[in-house]
Amino acid sequence: MKLTQEQQAILDGKQGAVLAKVMKTLVQYGELFGAERMVPITGEYNHLVTSFGLKALTPVYDLLDQLIGEMAVSKQKFTVDPRPLDPNVPSNPIQDLVFKKFMYSRQKEYEEQLKQLGIAGDDAFTCTCYMDEVGNIPKEGDVLSWAESSAVVYANSVLGARCNRNSGIIDLMGAVVGYVPEFGLLTDEGRKATWIVEVKTTKKPEAQLLGSAIGMKVMEDVPYVVGLDKWLGTELNDEAKSYLKDFGAATASNGAVGLYHIDGLTPEAARLGRSLIAEGAQTYVIDDAELQRVYDNYPIIWKNPDKKPKLCFVGCPHLSKTQLVDWSNKIQAALRKNGKSKVVIPTVFTAAPQVLKEFEGTMDGYRLKKAGVILSYICPLMYMNNPLSTSMPVITSSNKLRTYTSARYYTDEEILDIITGGDR
Amino acid sequence: MKTFKGRVVAPGTISAEAVVSHEGLNTLASFQKALQFGDKTATCGDQNNKDLYNKKMAGKALCLPKTIGSTTGGLVLYCACSMGRQPACMLFSEPIDSLAAAGAVLADVWLDDVTMPVVDSLGDEFLAYVQDGMTITVKDGGVVEVA
Repeated sequence: MKLTQEQQAILDGKQGAVLAKVMKTLVQYGELFGAERMVPITGEYNHLVTSFGLKALTPVYDLLDQLIGEMAVSKQKFTVDPRPLDPNVPSNPIQDLVFKKFMYSRQKEYEEQLKQLGIAGDDAFTCTCYMDEVGNIPKEGDVLSWAESSAVVYANSVLGARCNRNSGIIDLMGAVVGYVPEFGLLTDEGRKATWIVEVKTTKKPEAQLLGSAIGMKVMEDVPYVVGLDKWLGTELNDEAKSYLKDFGAATASNGAVGLYHIDGLTPEAARLGRSLIAEGAQTYVIDDAELQRVYDNYPIIWKNPDKKPKLCFVGCPHLSKTQLVDWSNKIQAALRKNGKSKVVIPTVFTAAPQVLKEFEGTMDGYRLKKAGVILSYICPLMYMNNPLSTSMPVITSSNKLRTYTSARYYTDEEILDIITGGDR
Repeated sequence: MKTFKGRVVAPGTISAEAVVSHEGLNTLASFQKALQFGDKTATCGDQNNKDLYNKKMAGKALCLPKTIGSTTGGLVLYCACSMGRQPACMLFSEPIDSLAAAGAVLADVWLDDVTMPVVDSLGDEFLAYVQDGMTITVKDGGVVEVA
């Protein structure tokens, strides 16, 4: 890799041994992918994936101490993934003990480290940092050093920014030196689609199911999706953006997609159209039967598959305000239809702290809470990552949560029926 | 015995028993229980990985196409290395992905006493040939012997 004088000086240790190791990490990392240079980060804010003070990540905190010790901190303010704990979310005394004393016993210390490294504020904890209410919204063409698979795929695809699927720690290291190695999704060539996905369903496909099917098929490749404009339109409005948020999260967690193009809708596809498709691209056709096949193949790892759910999580990734309003209306209608006044299963809806603040002050927010739904900023994934929660029958409409935990996946429509005491 | 040649991502030589995943390894889903709850054998916790689920990964020659899933992947691998719960080596049939690369590089640059040889681009034939329980020998220059 050819470095500038400044970059070479950092690598040579002119700014300290720790910064030299940071640069060495990024150079080695970039060279593995054929990067020939480091390019400046141009986004205003960074986004980090590691938000949790898991005791098991002690080696990471030790590494961060080395950075802080030499003032090798982030050049950008940053947002970070959601907090792992929220007292509003139901938990029993044993879970409380396990969460606080064993699993997340480093949370307070870690948040102190984040303050020293440059976190944007006390409310900067969400996986959907790109919501208007949160304000970490890169511009088209911005070069980023983000991690969090769902945020990276959103920034690349819906916002047209340029970011690789960086790992935790690498995300921070880019912002510490202000540069990232140029390869993959930072290049025009790397943003070309090697798959054409033809959506031929008879109704609007469930975002998280469609994303899952595509992720499992194309893995880390870039898909160019045609046929979705029929269901989403050609305007990137709040509804379309919310759909693509969930769709993308599923492509990224069920596979390793970092960028997708939606014909006629996402910025690069709207501008460049099918010229984004690489020569020799493969084709994947998705119809109703294919979606059903994918759904039917999800393993159910509950010990007793017939057990009544004890908890429901909706909002992984965090919900948008549009989605919260939509759920509020649907739940009101379903409860009325089913002759109930409150949800019949403890149900937690998760969203960014800033989104929750705005939503809670509205009539829709009041109604949703009155229906018994708990609103939280928690990361459901972090709540579920322990044997106590794993043995609980938890349901979700998040395909990401399904992938990483024992939570059982249902479509939004099925979840609505279950939590409102419908026929299922 | 068959010999394969790939690219050295992290140097080192070692001999170990193979465990094989024919699909992408979801690093977070695979290692999270091992790291959180003291499982020194690093039993794979990824319910979606039919090849590896419930199999021990620590000290084994982990053969796979690539890693997938959460972008915590690299730091999870780094922690596994730091805590001595890493595979003996990681052998990729495809070019390495950005998350596994991050883990391998972080361990190489930031950990003094840890060696986890990593070789990528070993080809589809490697993954078609290697099976659980076979003996893998990683030699210098990205040479991998499977017996």
